[in-house]
Amino acid sequence: MPDPGTGEPLLRTAHKLIVENDDLVVSLDLPLETSRADVMREICHHLAPYQAGEKPIVGETVISKDLTIDSLAVMDMVMELEDRFDVSIPMNVVAEIHTVDQLADTILDLRARR
Amino acid sequence: MGLFDRHAGLLEAYRDVRTTGADPFQIRMERVLSPTEAIIDGRKTLLVGTNNYFGLTFDPSCMEAAIEAIRAEGTGTTGSRIANGSYSEHVLLEEEIAAFYGMKHCMVFTTGYQANLGIISTLVGQGDHLLIDADSHASIYDACKMTQAEVVRFKHNDPASLDARLRRLGDKPGNRLVVLEGIYSMLGDSAPLRGFVDVCKKYGAYVLVDEAHSLGALGETGRGLCESAGVLDDCHFIVGTFSKTLGAIGGYCVSNDPDFDILRVTVRSYMFTASLPPSIVASVRQALRVVEARPELRKKLWDNVATLYDGLAAQGFKLGPEHGPVVGVHLPDRMMAIGFWRAMLDAGIYVNVAVPPATPNGVSLLRCSVCAAHTTEQLEHMIDVMTGIGRQLGVLSGTPKLRVVGGSR
Repeated sequence: MPDPGTGEPLLRTAHKLIVENDDLVVSLDLPLETSRADVMREICHHLAPYQAGEKPIVGETVISKDLTIDSLAVMDMVMELEDRFDVSIPMNVVAEIHTVDQLADTILDLRARR
Repeated sequence: MGLFDRHAGLLEAYRDVRTTGADPFQIRMERVLSPTEAIIDGRKTLLVGTNNYFGLTFDPSCMEAAIEAIRAEGTGTTGSRIANGSYSEHVLLEEEIAAFYGMKHCMVFTTGYQANLGIISTLVGQGDHLLIDADSHASIYDACKMTQAEVVRFKHNDPASLDARLRRLGDKPGNRLVVLEGIYSMLGDSAPLRGFVDVCKKYGAYVLVDEAHSLGALGETGRGLCESAGVLDDCHFIVGTFSKTLGAIGGYCVSNDPDFDILRVTVRSYMFTASLPPSIVASVRQALRVVEARPELRKKLWDNVATLYDGLAAQGFKLGPEHGPVVGVHLPDRMMAIGFWRAMLDAGIYVNVAVPPATPNGVSLLRCSVCAAHTTEQLEHMIDVMTGIGRQLGVLSGTPKLRVVGGSR
């Protein structure tokens, strides 16, 4: 399937990431493997504004309970993560995700299956 | 844990709302006088939040048609189309809506909500893919909960975001259905439909457009965004409602798909609910004729939109992104929106208040809907009132602008 911007075939390997944002389509070169640490860092970056008190955001953090984020904001964050890691997470899958760890695992799993 | 404990958070927020002295979610119209005025709290109040875009709720010809139908066929059908039969008028209404769109098939529902809920959840099933705009109406989200299809959201009004999601599906099996809205109900903005249709064609996805707020308002003959964007033939399903421009209640779906009628025995929100009463069917049929016969109502609606939108923008209010029959006024937070709403009601003007979680991106809004029956004077008065309240509450910054008064005294 060709890239809508350049007409070139889309590279599906992990080192080339197509980021689509508004009308702008840019390609970023990423490290060959997306590490779990990368995914965790990105999730924590999105969740930081919803941190409750001093409690740090860790793998076991339950997104809907331990943070001040509402369900709509969770879905919007998922959209951002989808585009960052070039995966789609269906809403029924999102509904089953409770912790930060589970979210990271889901993204890594979907990336591996591409 | 008690049954209502899960709503504790909402209950608290709701208590905040009620402390303003009036409950915006339980407002009582003691008497509705016209499409633009009602008695609320014993006082005549200007209505600018009714979705009554053409003002047809009091159209004499529609009212007469409804009254005649009640005398001829009674007050209700007391059953569903499937179990208890259709009246001739149901079938005629479906034929007339299909003809209005130039489509082969139409199904009429008892509400617009049920049309979206039933059609969307039934069109796609296990193994299919449903792609919805992030700002979709609750009826579309509820359909997502009912279907076995995989649901993915794309960014609001962003064809590139839809493209990325369809591309990621790759060669996975299953149908793709994309759901869009002609005009979004909170901020009054339209979908960039041509761009979306191009993306859908590229990936072989079906397109469903909900024209609930755009029927009558958009398109040369009022068929909605599909018509104004010139893509009527590329839209596989169009859903809409009778409860806004057509001034009654009910929903519909039109399509050219040869097998469309199978939905009559598969869509549960069609099968297991009572059909529309004769009076509603009769007034809707007449309202459709009025929409076709009086294009000047559409022009008046857009003139009124320009008066309100441009007037509020000139005073410094932050509004939705474009002119639309819904004018959403952004306010900084929930309590300001409720306080502002309350002050407007005290000043004799009723609008809607929209706060999270019913709004996109957590915004708080005063939601105004414009009517062709509004007079310019009514809308100019509203702009004056909102400007005054905006200054009192500190929403509008800076010194009041000097107004130019023409002529000498």
